Amino acid sequence: MLVVVVSFVVFLLVDLSPVDPVQANVGQAASLSMSEAKRAQLEAYWGVGEPLLERYGNWLWGLLHGDLGTSLRFDEPVAQVIAERAGASFALLSIAWVGSGLLGFVLGVVAGMAHRRWPDRLIRGWCFAMTSIPSFWLALIALMVFAVALGWFPIGFATPVGVAQADVTWADVAHHLALPAICLTLVGVAPVALHTREKVIEFEAGEVADFCRLRGEGPWQGFWRHGLRNVALPAITLQCASVGEIFGGAVLVEEVFSYPGLGQAAVTAGLGSDVCLLAGIAVVTSLLVFGGNFAADVLYGVVDPRMRSARGAAGASKEGPLASLVDRPEDYDVPNASTGEVGRGGTV
Amino acid sequence: MTDETRAFAGGARGGPPHEARAHHTGEAHHHHTHALNSRHPGHHHLLQVEGLSVAFEGYESGAPFFKARRAFVPVLHDVSIGVHEGEMLAVVGASGAGKSILAEAIMGVATQGERIEGRIWFDGEAQDEAGLRRLRSTEIAFIPQSVSCLDPLMRVGEQVRGVPRGKGRARREDAARRLERQRELFARYRLGEEVERLYPHELSGGMARRVLLCCALVDEPRLIIADEPTPGLDLALARAALHDFRSFADGGGAIMLITHDIELALAVADRVAVFHDGTVVEETSVASFASPELLRHPFSRELWHALPEHDFAVTSKTVR
Amino acid sequence: MVAPFDMARERSPHAPVIVAPSAHALPSRRADLARVLALGAALVLLLALGAALAPAAQEADFLAKNLPPSLAHPFGTDWMGRDMLCRTVAGLSLSASLGLLAALAAAGLSLILGCVAALGGPAADALVSGAIDVVMGLPHIVLLILVSFAFGKGFVGVVLAIALTEWPRLARVVRSEMLQCRGSDYVFAARRLGQGPVRVAMRHLVPYVLPQFVVGLVLLFPHAIIHEASLTFLGFGLPPEVPAIGSILSESMAYLSTGAWWLVALPGAALVLCVLAFDMLGRSLARLATRGGAL
Repeated sequence: MLVVVVSFVVFLLVDLSPVDPVQANVGQAASLSMSEAKRAQLEAYWGVGEPLLERYGNWLWGLLHGDLGTSLRFDEPVAQVIAERAGASFALLSIAWVGSGLLGFVLGVVAGMAHRRWPDRLIRGWCFAMTSIPSFWLALIALMVFAVALGWFPIGFATPVGVAQADVTWADVAHHLALPAICLTLVGVAPVALHTREKVIEFEAGEVADFCRLRGEGPWQGFWRHGLRNVALPAITLQCASVGEIFGGAVLVEEVFSYPGLGQAAVTAGLGSDVCLLAGIAVVTSLLVFGGNFAADVLYGVVDPRMRSARGAAGASKEGPLASLVDRPEDYDVPNASTGEVGRGGTV
Repeated sequence: MTDETRAFAGGARGGPPHEARAHHTGEAHHHHTHALNSRHPGHHHLLQVEGLSVAFEGYESGAPFFKARRAFVPVLHDVSIGVHEGEMLAVVGASGAGKSILAEAIMGVATQGERIEGRIWFDGEAQDEAGLRRLRSTEIAFIPQSVSCLDPLMRVGEQVRGVPRGKGRARREDAARRLERQRELFARYRLGEEVERLYPHELSGGMARRVLLCCALVDEPRLIIADEPTPGLDLALARAALHDFRSFADGGGAIMLITHDIELALAVADRVAVFHDGTVVEETSVASFASPELLRHPFSRELWHALPEHDFAVTSKTVR
Repeated sequence: MVAPFDMARERSPHAPVIVAPSAHALPSRRADLARVLALGAALVLLLALGAALAPAAQEADFLAKNLPPSLAHPFGTDWMGRDMLCRTVAGLSLSASLGLLAALAAAGLSLILGCVAALGGPAADALVSGAIDVVMGLPHIVLLILVSFAFGKGFVGVVLAIALTEWPRLARVVRSEMLQCRGSDYVFAARRLGQGPVRVAMRHLVPYVLPQFVVGLVLLFPHAIIHEASLTFLGFGLPPEVPAIGSILSESMAYLSTGAWWLVALPGAALVLCVLAFDMLGRSLARLATRGGAL
């Protein structure tokens, strides 16, 4: 349902665009020189003059049959372009997704367990800095230092230039993939790390950790036994839900590295007024986001025994209004001054 | 150091013990009067706390918003309390007065921005933070208020067994011992074998109570501190829980029962420590509650008057 | 016989500390206030400087082309001999003001939609949360590209794109704060006392929601600035001839392989500092607004 609404919004936005679909689709020069028949065919495809809903219906009908139209820039069916591009992006996205998830989780745990001591300050400071760095600038700097100045990595593209597709080795692919993947991983670390850190602090301030301490378990012992699984669940959920954000980073990083992925295709489509391709990519990425969220829900249902026995109960992690606003952890706990029990239950 | 604490410390070091003689019920010593069951084996209290103060970081009150500096705001001050072997001491005070903080402070557990000061002896030995941490895993056990203290994602049996100690073979042996002990305790407290495999949210109120008690008993402690163990239980279950405590104390252990329920305290405990305004104002035997003349502190007398059989003379300041 | 109660029972002096906190549990309000004031002043200064330096940023001096950083040109010069420091400050101030504008628009949208969701009944609430789901259902950057594509590239497109993609989080905050406040006892009491809805809103709702709203607004700034820069960098934002920080960086990319590192590194670092400053400002404000109760 949501996907249908999203696709409608996508269509609406594309449709709102002031560019004439036919002209934009074939380009100025081609538009003048092309045959009447071709023009009529394109106009029919784009349904010039038909009402919006009817055109949307046609488009959606095509979408359901895997017909996303023809890409102007690549002169191929959109589905084919997306399939080709998705392969390259998939490697990049999955490495960054897994890498940033693992690294971010470990850093978040270390910071949370060292709450307000130097490792925490260091990691938190680094994460704040990372969230303030635009991913394209990080990619530019990496390119400049490691590819241009040091020459460790190629300057761009997914395969060596001028080498036939058949001669490309796995080593070449990995070599080209490395730097963009590292950049994208670094970009994705901060949100997971900060979120995990907050959950660790919340756990450590909670009743379960308190009881562990009262039973004489050491801080890491208690965390290993109980904290890990309680904290990993929200972290994995966040990571599933942040597929879209990783893709956003990929758009910019691919653009800088001229990496022929889906993100770069989206930019090309947008700049080149390649309406079909843009709409197609938007729909595909919305499916990606939807899939991530769906996976998170399923995971919760499978892993959390409370959800297993009482499905549909209120979400396990209810967050206060500010938690959603400040998507980074609070630096300090709130003393609960109104009750006598100062400092208890005062976590935000 | 006051004369009294010095005398006590002397006893702890094995010098001339001031508790060498037997006490009688109602006899005053160490700010408290004894009960029949109170015993001083080794001539000292099992747990003795002197001058315990707990403060939390807060902003100065009264100062303008931006001028208010950070300062420690006392929550508990100068608490002295002692628990003997074989007895059940009830700490009675109003809800939200800081009784739970007292329990955690005695066990050396602090939350963020909490400062704990004072002197704590266990079995005659002065304790610091490290000492208390050792005691927590061996000699002193805590029973929390509710089952929400258990890890929601771990099966009950594994949580009751706790962490095995030692390395290598010793660890495996300890794990085996814990398993055996857990099964034995479950059998004793009428918890079926299937309970082991349940998650905390699947436990009923009575089962949860007993599971928490089993958690405490796995390590065979000498002192159990129980924080409000009866709310939410029906009368029969509450009675059963208290009966379990009673038998633990009668077996030579000691119980510190923290509650807001003076009636309950008088019904099951041997002695009562009255908690008021962040400190223990009076520690006396249950027998002293027979008549207000035997109580020293005005607040204790208010408690006495608040008892149902004493016509609620002071209803404005009842504990509950 | 029981001894009479002795109020002045002697305290045990100098009880040793058993557990002491290793760090402050509370922030220093003064330090936060100082941070807010200093960063606020710095950002105002940046905007003013940017306006003042805008003409200088356009001055080309073909005798001083592609110079690395020096005392005369701390950020070096570009291929047209323009001083990169001037261009950076002007571009940053342009990007920042655009980001501010977009964040304000987003905040306005979120205020309206948050209020509609909280006060407009269940149907309106469902509609707004549906809209939030739709916005969240696309990767942020894809939606940004789509919106700026729909409204034409350029100034209007960028501001609209950011406003239309950034509102959901703050709208959620406004909604939940409103609901919380409306359900509170004193609003109920005020209504029972016969105060009109407008009066209740002005006296209770607004003061309750305002601090959170302001904090949320300030925390939108860094996001808005980064997204503006990213969009412009990709070519969807401001036209290339406008010296926005994104277009400066996108131009510089072409000179990357020539070794002109200063064209990329220094303006980008300035952008990062600016975003960090906004972020820090927002977090300090958030601490002041949430911790001490009434500000």
